[in-house]
Amino acid sequence: MKAVCWHGANDVRVDTVPDPKILNPRDAILKITSTAICGSDLHLYNGYIPTMQSGDILGHEFMGEVVELGREVKNLQIGDRVVVPFTISCGGCFFCQRDLWSLCDNTNPNAWMAEKLYGHSPSGLFGYSHMLGGYAGGQAEYVRVPFADVGPMKIPAELSDEQVLFLTDIFPTGYMAAENCDIQPGDTVAVWGCGPVGQFCIKSAYMLGAERVIAIDRIPERLQMAKEQCHAEIINYEEVDAGEALKEMTGGRGPDACIDAVGMEAHGMGLDAFYDQAKQAVRLETDRPTALRQVLLACRKGGHVSIPGVYGGFLDKVPMGAAMNKGLTLKMGQTHVHRYLKPLLEHVQRGDIDPSFVITHRLPLEEAPKGYEIFKHKKDSCIKIVLKP
Amino acid sequence: MSRKVHVEKTVTINKSAAELYQFWRDFENLPYFMKHLKSVHVINNRQSHWIEDAPFGTSVEWDAEIINEQENQLIAWASMAGSEIKHSGSVQFQPATGERGTAVKVKLEYESPAGIIGEAIAKLFGEEPEQQIGDDLHRFKQLMETGEIATTEGQSSGR
Repeated sequence: MKAVCWHGANDVRVDTVPDPKILNPRDAILKITSTAICGSDLHLYNGYIPTMQSGDILGHEFMGEVVELGREVKNLQIGDRVVVPFTISCGGCFFCQRDLWSLCDNTNPNAWMAEKLYGHSPSGLFGYSHMLGGYAGGQAEYVRVPFADVGPMKIPAELSDEQVLFLTDIFPTGYMAAENCDIQPGDTVAVWGCGPVGQFCIKSAYMLGAERVIAIDRIPERLQMAKEQCHAEIINYEEVDAGEALKEMTGGRGPDACIDAVGMEAHGMGLDAFYDQAKQAVRLETDRPTALRQVLLACRKGGHVSIPGVYGGFLDKVPMGAAMNKGLTLKMGQTHVHRYLKPLLEHVQRGDIDPSFVITHRLPLEEAPKGYEIFKHKKDSCIKIVLKP
Repeated sequence: MSRKVHVEKTVTINKSAAELYQFWRDFENLPYFMKHLKSVHVINNRQSHWIEDAPFGTSVEWDAEIINEQENQLIAWASMAGSEIKHSGSVQFQPATGERGTAVKVKLEYESPAGIIGEAIAKLFGEEPEQQIGDDLHRFKQLMETGEIATTEGQSSGR
């Protein structure tokens, strides 16, 4: 089959590789019908996530048709059309049973690697480094889905791929980020980063009752999408000081909740942003926490900080003093996708949201390398790419 | 020069002590999750024959005997006199607080003589015996909680 393989920083190729096989009784094989490139795939593309190996198949946002089932998968049938959470979960451990699916104890065969870096291992993920499982991803014609009796959700025929594809990651990720804000009536939520997850954060914050949402970015078309599609007020941080603007817009108090939908490769304007670029470039720092610093300073006293943006390692000069002395509540984590599949599917079915609004590019799988390149450089007004095998 | 490896590891498993005890008490189950163990043949209620894979295509064999057991709580075993290597181990099952499964504590000790078998045993455990036993215990947990062992061996890649 054809698959998008990682061969090093800035080097992805569409290779011909063996078709996947059932390896365990709870596996399924899917024929992929749609798959997307995630902003977090760019962290891999840019070479900032450790323990990638040349030849790894990328992709964790995918859906398709069941073509083969392991003997223990009783709830699916050949031909079922399903979406698959990017987090792999067993359903039976302490964490799965507490609805903390991305913290599953049993799905990372390389748990020891994560334990060295993090103390404990989170769940395995599709196509996201050996430290997080080393599972082949879904930017391919076929994919093996472990624990297929737990993860995949069947999709009604009347919904198109594009309406449901983002249930695999970015819609639940934005939604959980908004839920982590503990939104109360009258609240103002600020969202750093207007990439696809940021857009879903904005929509979700409104769905959960926010009165105002303010979005911060520097890319005009992303700000435009935030404003026109998601009805956020917007701040271009290249034009104004975001911190000052937020204070001004919230009567000096600051937003009640702040979401960092940027993560480890933030851009910024100040000296600190330059410092992070330099340190990360020579690998003295794994992550550039420019957005997180602003979030902690901007958030109102006693407010909520929610971090869906991915951080991988160690952060410099994070103003923990601000977080502590302002009594902030910090919530974060990889998304517990399984928790959100059904409720968010219902939102889509009721027409509360059509997640396909973020798609700007549709490419054949063969053009994935071009897709990574334009997505990375935000060329051609690229916000979200869907690949068709 | 003789070599000694001593490891202790604990993992909490979301199953009752009785279930875990029963699985472990049948030593023939151990090779399912202990990576280097090729086979265990149970001879009678107390004695068993163990074969461990070793580098260079060799293997190490010994007879072991249960030296202490308390139902649903503890199993301890040791290699019998005259074995090529001295091995002993124990596993304890202790219910975790708040019905949160069972803490499983494993202690293993290998003592091998100088020479080729000693070398083989040393290689087997490499630099990090703790990690290997930790991985074995992870696999035991996976098997007990999910019925299978998570793997990527045999999957597709562009390598």
